[in-house]
Amino acid sequence: MSHIILAGLSKKYSERRKKIRDAGEQLQAQSFQVLKDIDLEFENGEMVCILGPSGCGKSTLLRIIAGFDQATSGSVLIDGKQIQGPSEDHIFVYQHSALLPWMTVSENVGLGLRSIREEKQREEKIQEYIDMVELNGFESRYPYELSGGMQRRAELARALAVDPKTLFMDEPFTGLDFLTHMRMREEVVMMHLYTEKSVLFVTHDIDDALVMGDRIVILGGRPATVLLSRKLTYPHPRKITSEPELVELRREIFFMLGVPDAV
Amino acid sequence: MKILSRSFILPLLTFCGAIVIWELTICFSGWKTQVFPDPLTVVTSIGQLIANGTLVKHTIASLFRVTAGFYLAIFLGIPLGMVLGRNTFLLCALNPLIQFMRPISPLAWIPIAMLWFGIGEPPAVFLIFLSSFFPLVVSTTLAVSSINPTYFQVAANFNLTRWEVISKIIVPAMLPEVITALRITLGIAWLVVVAAEMIAVDSGLGYLILDSRNALRMDYVMAGMVVIGLIGLALDMAMKKLGKAEAVAWGTFSQ
Repeated sequence: MSHIILAGLSKKYSERRKKIRDAGEQLQAQSFQVLKDIDLEFENGEMVCILGPSGCGKSTLLRIIAGFDQATSGSVLIDGKQIQGPSEDHIFVYQHSALLPWMTVSENVGLGLRSIREEKQREEKIQEYIDMVELNGFESRYPYELSGGMQRRAELARALAVDPKTLFMDEPFTGLDFLTHMRMREEVVMMHLYTEKSVLFVTHDIDDALVMGDRIVILGGRPATVLLSRKLTYPHPRKITSEPELVELRREIFFMLGVPDAV
Repeated sequence: MKILSRSFILPLLTFCGAIVIWELTICFSGWKTQVFPDPLTVVTSIGQLIANGTLVKHTIASLFRVTAGFYLAIFLGIPLGMVLGRNTFLLCALNPLIQFMRPISPLAWIPIAMLWFGIGEPPAVFLIFLSSFFPLVVSTTLAVSSINPTYFQVAANFNLTRWEVISKIIVPAMLPEVITALRITLGIAWLVVVAAEMIAVDSGLGYLILDSRNALRMDYVMAGMVVIGLIGLALDMAMKKLGKAEAVAWGTFSQ
């Protein structure tokens, strides 16, 4: 659980382009702004779904909050403290599997449990998380021997095992088939209800955001600004196609993202 | 089982075919046995050399030199490659020098090696070291620099120490490519040992060949060649086995 405040966050990339002038070639430094004045506040234990068109800077924002990237200006406060790079309190789950391919499932899950000195205790803990994502029987398999969905679950187990305050998930359902996607979505919602950890979830899937989020944030424009930040207080499981308010919100979001006729 | 027998029988047939062609060439060329020994003579010569102990002595001497030079190259080359693979500043500084030194054949170093190290083991070991060092540095650098950056972010996320990043990320990630490089480099080292032994030492398979030529014993020359080939084959098979070890098997399947 953590309380996250973003204040006036901006991110610029400097870009070097060669421009041909009459006098010859000259290097000109240009900057390309991705994020502009992002002000957001996420409450303790919230599952925040960040939506936006592709390339709008959702992942950049997530990487900055997780400490992998630095903002050009503005600040990120987590529990009142300025972030100081990546840490075990804020575990990042990647778009493509980031399991270490040379380690078995249990070695991967054990990555964050290295501080437990007692061998037996550590193994019990590893087993607990492997059981949690229902990968029992696959402890000594290597990632390449698992299906896409199982790889994501193993990565989720690895992330949960360190008991982080916040989970950052960058489009973790990319490349999964429809049914596996639905099942993983359900599992992430259950995990969130059970552990009450803060989750920052980047997605481009509007329905994912509506089903899962305690809060929906929509980024858009170039440079990206916050178009919407709304708290959703509907209980799970949600019926996004029959609950009138959710139907209305869904239509609104489709409109906001420029595809009004898709609903 | 079927695959295993196929991978054994097919090469065996190829070897038999090569021996038949060898025999036929002798029949039709009309050369004398002293000039072009036939397979049977070579086999009997190998038998003689084994019986009087020279072959074992020379083989051990050659293997010792290759081992010494090769291990030296591994212990210096792989760590250097790891550093260069992670440090772009050093890579930028050292890479041109390495690429400059690499194409100079180890054989070109022979005069200098003899001048520096005299006659005996050191120049031969030095030449083998040179032949393996540069290819190992280059392949290790490439293997380390092409590690997926996500893995280093995972390492930072889980607070891995510097030592853990080396032992849990860099070494296992580079291993499949480095083992392939070792396999190729060992072949080069074995190639160079014979040349090195022709100049500076009085033992080893290279020396056996040179000495037999001076004595006009072409059957011993060819016996030496056959043994070199057989040991080369054995070394390659051993390295291939290493490449199939569990620790590096993931490299074949992932990506």
